[in-house]
Amino acid sequence: MMNLWRQVLARGRPAAGGRAYATQQQQQPTFDKILVANRGEIACRVIRTAKRLGIRTVAVYSDADADAVFVREADEAFRVGPAPSAQSYLDVDAIMAAVRASGAQAVHPGYGFLSENAAFVERLDREGVAFIGPGTQAMAAMGDKIQSKIIAKQAGVNTIPGFDGVVRDAEHAVEIADEIGYPVMLKASAGGGGKGMRVAHSAQDVHEGFKLAADEAQSSFGDRRILVEKFIEEPRHIEIQIIADSRGNVLWLPERECSIQRRNQKVIEEAPSTHLDADTRRRMGEQAVALARSVGYTSAGTVEFLVDKHRNFYFLEMNTRLQVEHPITELITGLDLVEEMIRAAAGLPLTTTRQSDIAINGWAIESRVYAEDPEKYLPSIGTLAKYREPPHARCDSGIAEGSEISMYYDPMICKLSTHGATRDEAIAAMSRALDRYLITGVTHNIPLLRDVVGSADFGRGRITTAFLAQHYPTGFKGHRLTPQTAEQLAASAAAMHFVREAREVASGATRARYVLVVPQLQDDGAVARLEVGMALALRSPAAGLQGQATEFAATVTLPGGAVRESHVALRWDVDMPFVEARQTTAAGGAAAELTLQFLDPLPLGMRVQFLGTKFDVEVLRPRQHELLRFMKEEERLDTSKLVLAPMPGSIVSVAVAPGDVVAEGAEVAVVEAMKMQNVLRAPRAGVIKAVHVQPGATVAGDDVLVELEDA
Amino acid sequence: MFATSRAIGGALRARARRYATADTAGASIRARIEEKRQAALAGGGSKRVAAQHSKGKLTARERIELLVDEGTFREYDAFVEHRCADFGMDKITGDGVVTGVGRINGRPTYLFSQDFTAFGGSLSKTFAQKVCKIMDRALQEGVPVVGLNDSGGARIQEGVDSLAGYADIFQRNVLASGVVPQISLIMGPCAGGAVYSPALTDFTFMVRGTSYLFVTGPDVVKAVTNETVTQEELGGAAPHTRKSGVAHGAFENDVVALARTRELLSYLPQSNREPPAPRFTADPSDREDAALDTLVPSDSRQAYDIKDAVRRVVDDGRMFEIMPDFARNIVVAFARMGGQSVGIVGNQPLVSSGVLDIDASVKAARFVRFCDAFNIPLVTFVDVPGFLPGVQQEHNGIIREGAKLLYAYAEATVPKIAITTRKAYGGAQCVMSSKQLRGDVNFAWPTAELAVMGAKGAVEILWRNDPDGRARAEEEYNRLFANPLPAAQRGYLDDIIAPSTTRRRIIEELAALRGKKLANPPKKHDNMPL
Repeated sequence: MMNLWRQVLARGRPAAGGRAYATQQQQQPTFDKILVANRGEIACRVIRTAKRLGIRTVAVYSDADADAVFVREADEAFRVGPAPSAQSYLDVDAIMAAVRASGAQAVHPGYGFLSENAAFVERLDREGVAFIGPGTQAMAAMGDKIQSKIIAKQAGVNTIPGFDGVVRDAEHAVEIADEIGYPVMLKASAGGGGKGMRVAHSAQDVHEGFKLAADEAQSSFGDRRILVEKFIEEPRHIEIQIIADSRGNVLWLPERECSIQRRNQKVIEEAPSTHLDADTRRRMGEQAVALARSVGYTSAGTVEFLVDKHRNFYFLEMNTRLQVEHPITELITGLDLVEEMIRAAAGLPLTTTRQSDIAINGWAIESRVYAEDPEKYLPSIGTLAKYREPPHARCDSGIAEGSEISMYYDPMICKLSTHGATRDEAIAAMSRALDRYLITGVTHNIPLLRDVVGSADFGRGRITTAFLAQHYPTGFKGHRLTPQTAEQLAASAAAMHFVREAREVASGATRARYVLVVPQLQDDGAVARLEVGMALALRSPAAGLQGQATEFAATVTLPGGAVRESHVALRWDVDMPFVEARQTTAAGGAAAELTLQFLDPLPLGMRVQFLGTKFDVEVLRPRQHELLRFMKEEERLDTSKLVLAPMPGSIVSVAVAPGDVVAEGAEVAVVEAMKMQNVLRAPRAGVIKAVHVQPGATVAGDDVLVELEDA
Repeated sequence: MFATSRAIGGALRARARRYATADTAGASIRARIEEKRQAALAGGGSKRVAAQHSKGKLTARERIELLVDEGTFREYDAFVEHRCADFGMDKITGDGVVTGVGRINGRPTYLFSQDFTAFGGSLSKTFAQKVCKIMDRALQEGVPVVGLNDSGGARIQEGVDSLAGYADIFQRNVLASGVVPQISLIMGPCAGGAVYSPALTDFTFMVRGTSYLFVTGPDVVKAVTNETVTQEELGGAAPHTRKSGVAHGAFENDVVALARTRELLSYLPQSNREPPAPRFTADPSDREDAALDTLVPSDSRQAYDIKDAVRRVVDDGRMFEIMPDFARNIVVAFARMGGQSVGIVGNQPLVSSGVLDIDASVKAARFVRFCDAFNIPLVTFVDVPGFLPGVQQEHNGIIREGAKLLYAYAEATVPKIAITTRKAYGGAQCVMSSKQLRGDVNFAWPTAELAVMGAKGAVEILWRNDPDGRARAEEEYNRLFANPLPAAQRGYLDDIIAPSTTRRRIIEELAALRGKKLANPPKKHDNMPL
């Protein structure tokens, strides 16, 4: 496949589809210069299209982003304040100053920050600067979830049963929830992106969750209002992208399914959805268009629906901005949504104005690569020690090797998108892309993404918004090796070790015997040490010749004692990150084409990434293996009586004092980082021995916050 | 290796049977040889071997097996027994130490491995003779020596003979110093006089939890100074790798320690007569690394990890750090560039701003001298605010100790390349591989500042009587000196390079410097400040 970015940049025509536009207009003048009031990948994304259209670009940046990629890519850049976004990217005065200083004629807000801030748009209007987005009226109408539901109902859009009003307090919320029936969803009236959203299964849940949701709503949006609605079980999140110009053209584009979510934030999206038929798709599209027309919507927007298994769909909300996951729509439609937005803002018609021109070309998938641990979804900060994006995929990212993932902003590293003629092709391309994506220095969620994309249920399209919770009920702990994948990993690691030894020892050896110890995750979350015997015989002239495959006949002795013969061809420039291995078993069957990453040598083996997950594989000479059993485990610090800060952040509240008796799972403290409040709970029952922090304190990851002792 | 000796033993047995009737005398001598060989292999016997294993330790022979390439160990003096007749001493064939030669990464290495199961590994006259024999061979042939230490100390029954044995070994350690690499692994107790052999070798590594090094043990310490201390606290891996700096590193167990020793040897030459063997690398020598361009933070108060810089520059991002837990304000490590071994020295801004203190100076000085002795080029990363001020430092002799590092750099004749990444202030600037100390190539990144001191300090002295003028003066000082231009204009720097090109520039220079010939004036030996 060609570089997917190039497809979009080459005037938005898919290479494969060859769909011609009705109007192959010459570029009409839009703006001479636009300012991008955002950072990171979305700033880069907007700048790319602007450059293609011949528009000069202006970036704004906080101190934390002074060296960022988007600042380098823009034609001009203005500092707007210190690192915290409230003092920089959300500071309307500072942004306006940059607009005036740069002479930009229009502002693209990206998503988040000021993108749905009507007051900001009014300021721009007053100063005669165009806003590349919807008008203030439409934005205000759709920005408030309660109001938007009322408007949607009036426009004939299906809505979820719920309470159309402001909830007064926790007691009121419980009352409403009782009426609607459990489970219910509590969410921020002004919110989006999952912040301030909580599911409650009981009156007690509502009671407890209301304050947390309201607090999060306050800290994220400066608005405490919360609404309550029916929570639909087994739902799928499917949304319709619309584009509208100021001349009355409103089109709906094929849907995006965003059901793979964690904490109500999207992780993997695809377009189209396996769940919709043409009729449902059209009905959803038409309702979306009706809603847009009813508020006089212009620019790009997204109408989100929940769809149940009978394909009943309910309006969730309308996002009046460019959506994070817009690339997959671009990949299957060939449109450039940023271009459509710029045109709409400039008063030009959309590049295509006939609904019948919109077709679905193939399938696209997007994975959101986050700097976070994939088990508990806690953000990880640090420097990207190694960072290489994969080939044959579209990467919407705003970082480079050496970039810092800071605690001030969203920890997203990249939106990785692949496209294929069929869904299977798009999935295969995504698996390959994830395998070839090198990220070290921060913890990231590629292990989880790779596991989901490779799972049978995802392959069959059996997904709901509860996918992650159902497949990883105790949290994702890594890929669980099957006998087959364990053998593949062992054979690859043995071949790699042989090549490393061949470089070190100028012995010209052509045979080696190893015992490989492979960590295998068990049902109960424990890790078993799988021991695999491996006898390698070199079948190529030398081991590790650059650019050539090293071939081996491998005799594998599996843990049960079964012996299998296979042929392994390894392509690896020794100690370089990417490893290609091809294993063919003597018993026949298709060859397994494997991509691994060599991450680090270990004293007795190596750390590799395989199927997305990092494995510490011991590669031992038989004698090392025999003698290793006499070695003793080193003592480790017992952390079962400590509550540690899971990440850097600040303490919002502390719920315990020394001497308190606590039950296991009782709230101990709340830590806020990246605008997410995390309740820290007692790891075991006991008595609080010491409390080391106070509200407002700034803590580092793994700081001891509270100590427990036995009651 | 056992496979080999067992095979020979088996063959001997078979032949012994064949000749049994024809040659009874010959058969009996063969049987006795076989018996002795088996006795040597058995060491202190199965009970003591089991005790050794239960402590999480391997036997002397098992350690050798893991240290050398499979099947390459050739033992000497397996039949040696002590000649002490006092105190009803038994004899154990081999006398408590296994000696011989094996191959490590395909290259010969002499080694001895003390056998704690036989007489507690205690050192007798004959034990020492065995060790001296292989050390003499090593020196004569230019082959490294690895000693695996696990000994209760002197063979008390032998009295002064045992002490003489120690001294014989010390003498050879000193003669071999700077001629062949000598590495000591402490894999059990090592106390009293025994400690000075490892101390004389180039590198001493310990095994955490099972090894101890001290001149006198906790009991004597209690009796003499009334201090109560455990073996681990007194002489375990933790105090020696963090506080005393006696050990150059510690590993989690025997198996890992032996594997890592093999790795270390791969960076070293066989002797001072040759350069270290080059090794293939797939890492392109002209690889540029844009992340280096933003590595040094623009805020001068913000620290960064010098190891990040080093990893981005060297082959495959790998280095073998020496003394990683001691004087962490300076980093010393072996690495490779373009396949060639280099010694890395780097001030570490993350720890005490990378200041030079007594420990850091001594740590780096010894490393620089090792590299110089063994033809390993030095690559120095400079970011140093100066020498550490303070009463404690002054009274403990920072003048004398700091002079060691200065001496070591000045004396070294191997290729010397330095890259100033940020600060290079005061006397410390002179010390860190400066041009005037015969530095071959001195580069700076654009973020470098070479000056007598930082602007703030300078202005406080120069404008002592004019506090109001200081702000402007500081600006002026920064403009003049807080950049690498003044040094480059005077030729103290050869070039100011883009950080991203550092790897390529160093490898180019290393290639040119392969032909470097430089000798110090003839002398009996130098008189470095000790």
